[in-house]
Amino acid sequence: MINPPLYDVTNISFAYDSALVINDLSFNLHKGKFYGIVGPNGCGKTTLLDLLIGNRAPKSGSISFMGNPVNSYRRSNLARRIGLVPQEFNTGFGYTVEEVVLMGRHPYIKRFASPSTEDWHHVNRAMKTIGIHELKDRYTNELSGGQKQRAVVARTLAQDTDVLIFDEATSSLDVKYTLQIFNVAGKLVQQDNRTIIAVIHNLNLAAAYCDEIVFMKDGGIHQFGPTEQVMTPETILNVFGVTTEVTRDPYNDKYQVSFQYLD
Amino acid sequence: MSLNSSRKFVILTIALALTTISAIIVSTGMGYISISAGEIVKVILSSFNNSPSLLSDIDSTIPYVVMDVRLPRILTATLVGAGLALSGVIYQGILLNPLADPYTLGISSGAAFGASLALLANITLLNQFSIPLFAFAGAIITLFVVIHLSTFNGQISANTLILSGVIIGAILSAGISFLKYLADEQVAIIIFWLMGSFISSTWDSVMIIGGAVILGLVITFYYGRDLNIMSLGSRSSDALGVETAKVRIILLLTASFVTAICVAMTGIIGFIGLIIPHLMRFLVGPDNRKLLPVSAMAGGILLLSADTVTRAVLPVEVPIGVLTALIGGPFFCVIFRKRQKRGRHD
Repeated sequence: MINPPLYDVTNISFAYDSALVINDLSFNLHKGKFYGIVGPNGCGKTTLLDLLIGNRAPKSGSISFMGNPVNSYRRSNLARRIGLVPQEFNTGFGYTVEEVVLMGRHPYIKRFASPSTEDWHHVNRAMKTIGIHELKDRYTNELSGGQKQRAVVARTLAQDTDVLIFDEATSSLDVKYTLQIFNVAGKLVQQDNRTIIAVIHNLNLAAAYCDEIVFMKDGGIHQFGPTEQVMTPETILNVFGVTTEVTRDPYNDKYQVSFQYLD
Repeated sequence: MSLNSSRKFVILTIALALTTISAIIVSTGMGYISISAGEIVKVILSSFNNSPSLLSDIDSTIPYVVMDVRLPRILTATLVGAGLALSGVIYQGILLNPLADPYTLGISSGAAFGASLALLANITLLNQFSIPLFAFAGAIITLFVVIHLSTFNGQISANTLILSGVIIGAILSAGISFLKYLADEQVAIIIFWLMGSFISSTWDSVMIIGGAVILGLVITFYYGRDLNIMSLGSRSSDALGVETAKVRIILLLTASFVTAICVAMTGIIGFIGLIIPHLMRFLVGPDNRKLLPVSAMAGGILLLSADTVTRAVLPVEVPIGVLTALIGGPFFCVIFRKRQKRGRHD
């Protein structure tokens, strides 16, 4: 049986001044799935995430989250349900890693209260999951790009939300940590029935981890469906203009995209 | 967050509070007539308790010197220092730039322009409130113009905010020069006031600035944790449940209000709002809830010390704004260079 949709997006459009970035999008997202959003640079992926998280309001159309318009929720209420790992990772004036991860608990801590035992439990668990516990007293402005990005992922894990939105969350990470973050995300979906919505540039990662993929082009949806149906050479050619071959990887049985390199 | 840093914060807070009180008493004793600490305490106590018996063995001019001449000026200097440091903490926190302060945003120039206008037109409509009101209006109009210039697609860009502030500040400075040109006979009043001075401070100025600083501290402390989170950038702070756009406007209005009152009462005094939060961040870390009280006290101590030097130590009274710029400018250059190195205070 099909769950009622987590997100019900109907005919949304969004424009910066006169430039239309999102053009009449409609789709539903369901709980407990790993969604990938792929598409060329500037096709509106980040704007779509901002709309889903309620950071921006669509110029027309509606976005319903768990049955209510996403912009009808209080910010703090939304922050207990949706977490964001942003593309840019401004870590502010030299806070320690632990302080930054604790900021993930902000929506749960009352204005003048101190963090509770439960808050610290989430903070420590998040740091251990991402493997940055030993960096906890380091200042974030002294960390490498990859370490900062892992701290930000840990902050979002500490936020303990049902929905996690990743905006190219692994862009600064090497292959080991990229896989680590995707494995953590995959477990959140499979074991905890959480939902991941991730903008991913690497088509092989998208093919390997996502249940369903949204192919975006020029502010609209070109294809949206289960990975095995939409990750095809035709779609990739239409969206990116790149010739590929999609096969099963004999090593892990995942879909694998091979590129025709130009000389 | 560790126990060690909490203890450090408590010790620093107590030390600064004691230093503030001692600095007030010591500087009250300094001047043309030297007064002992015991006499000062007696005079203050007697005016609070209304008990003249305490003054029996004290020269009759001393209560007048302490209560009507020195204390208003000393308290005004302390409160203005606190207010400017408070504004600096807010602007730096919102702009994510440790070099930001009321001047970078053009707010001080806006306040000064408004106040100059009131001085030039000799507006005495609202008695002692005319100049602060005009300064506040100037600061707020400037703030809105600067924000409007730097808002794109409904979002304020921190970098364009500074750039707009500098541009508007330059235009307003030219405006002030034009007012000075028009002022003719009154030009001396405007020039002297612009350089900053506590000479004409009264208990009224103490009350007005004190009220503004307390209000500013309360509002900023209320939003202290939000301000911390906002240092992660607006996308992250929105996603963490902070009403970023609203909090930013409230805090910018608060900082501009405090700045305007300080500028209106004492003219343009630079660098306090820049140096103090920077130094204090180095000592207590970036958490605004700790940074606020220690910066306010340190700002008060620094400006009071500078004013006491110009009032009681130097042979000629140098305008306080000139003195803070002469001391603060080079100091600022050193910080600016050191900023290249990595560190907690960056």
